[in-house]
Amino acid sequence: MTDYNFAYLDEQTKRMIRRAILKALAIPGYQVPFASREMPMPYGWGTGGVQVSAACLTPGDTFKVIDQGADDTTNAVSIRKFFEKTARVATTEETARASIIQTRHRIPEEALSEDQILVYQVPIPEPLRFLEPSEVETRKMHALEEYGLMHVKLYEDISQHGAIATAYAYPVKVEGRYVMDPSPIPKFDNPKLSMAAIQLFGAGREQRIYALPPYTKVVSLDFEDHPFEPTKAAHDCDLCGAADSYLDEVIMDDAGGRMFVCSDTDYCRARRAAGHIGAQGAPYEEATA
Amino acid sequence: MTPLLQVRDLAKFYGSRRGCEGVSFDLYPGEVMGIVGESGSGKSTLLSCLAGHLPPDRGEVIFDTHGHGPRDTLTMSEPERRMLMRTDWAFVHQHARDGLRMGVSAGGNVGERMMAVGARHYGDIRAQAIDWLGRVEIAADRVDDKPQAFSGGMQQRLQIARNLVTGPRLVFMDEPTGGLDVSVQARLLDLLRGLVREMGLSAIIVTHDLAVVRLLADRLMVMKDGRVVEDGLTDQVLDDPQHGYTQLLVSSVLQV
Repeated sequence: MTDYNFAYLDEQTKRMIRRAILKALAIPGYQVPFASREMPMPYGWGTGGVQVSAACLTPGDTFKVIDQGADDTTNAVSIRKFFEKTARVATTEETARASIIQTRHRIPEEALSEDQILVYQVPIPEPLRFLEPSEVETRKMHALEEYGLMHVKLYEDISQHGAIATAYAYPVKVEGRYVMDPSPIPKFDNPKLSMAAIQLFGAGREQRIYALPPYTKVVSLDFEDHPFEPTKAAHDCDLCGAADSYLDEVIMDDAGGRMFVCSDTDYCRARRAAGHIGAQGAPYEEATA
Repeated sequence: MTPLLQVRDLAKFYGSRRGCEGVSFDLYPGEVMGIVGESGSGKSTLLSCLAGHLPPDRGEVIFDTHGHGPRDTLTMSEPERRMLMRTDWAFVHQHARDGLRMGVSAGGNVGERMMAVGARHYGDIRAQAIDWLGRVEIAADRVDDKPQAFSGGMQQRLQIARNLVTGPRLVFMDEPTGGLDVSVQARLLDLLRGLVREMGLSAIIVTHDLAVVRLLADRLMVMKDGRVVEDGLTDQVLDDPQHGYTQLLVSSVLQV
């Protein structure tokens, strides 16, 4: 297929996005506006992430897409196919082999390395949005570091639920400066935000890009007497027996039957291939994977 | 004694129309000043200029800051001015909805200013919020209710608690009793008078209700068409008005 420019976007657009990415990396946590393009997918399906990926991809890259940790959901499959078609890059489901990983909702369980880029699809980049509707005001609050309001949200959580009930999109402070919304990842993943890989966040509808350079200090906001706690379901994975991974709850029947499985499908597959078996798991066979 | 607030020749124009002009006064610590006048006399414009909500066209507003002594708030940098607004200053709006976050519980509303200046201990914030609700006569079990569930008078008292919790030194009030029925007004005035005396607050109160200034204010400024036409001690101005307009104002009060 030669009708598309490499990775769908034209070169000028990719340059524009790369400039935004460089600026975002220079000011960790700061939301850089960019001229988001119409993509051949609806807003909310990862238009921001796709544009950032397109601007980062080179012909030699290996691309992986996950949605809620899984490689085989509709959103992940379509975006992977999109770049197979428009950029003809190699794709993989194995975290370690990928050079660029586009994700929605999860950080892979396996630790990423310095030669990898993690691209997030972000729905609402502004952490203060639901507390302060005015964009003019929120920008001013970021500029002047007025973040007391973010704690009002956490205060409300504790007063209503007895604990900080925010379970995803849990606000973080980057390098002691900007408060950032780490996209809708579960707060279980928050401690992983300080990592070796470059992390880029793209919000297509809201036209913002922000970034975390490698080894950036990222602190989850909390109260002294209600410290931040990453949470997960109190189970082991029923397929691979992992006790340290984030789990999805799967309803099995209409009689209350359920099982908990790793949300990161590649992590679960790799563990089963290595011989780990969970409570409801069967021995791993290549053909059934 | 250094005045807490010195205002010099303040003026604000809306195009060629005068908002207020030639206003100068000193406000000393612990002093409460009332500004009265009819609708459109420029008293709200003046208050907005003093509180930094509107940029005046001319003049100085010099505040005796904690660390750096008297400074002109109009030439301060914006972060400094906003810091002042959430520490040493407070602003009580006429409509409580303008001053409250309606989607946040009463406790969160009171706690916001504490968290804005760095409080990060939930237990302490909550205890202080409950203490302040008590001081404005809101029961402790309403701490988790949203302001929507409060009556107008309670909302106004909540707004006052939210503003006073960080111990400001200067409070701006814009018609604090407007829109409340008279018995609620009376209780609110009682409460305000108690708090002002107890905390040694300085306050500037804009109102068109002479009874409010009679109860609360030490000094009075009467405004008409954007200018101050008379000022002096409250009792003196109200009992022996000199200017024609003040005489009209005082004689217009209905005697029951």
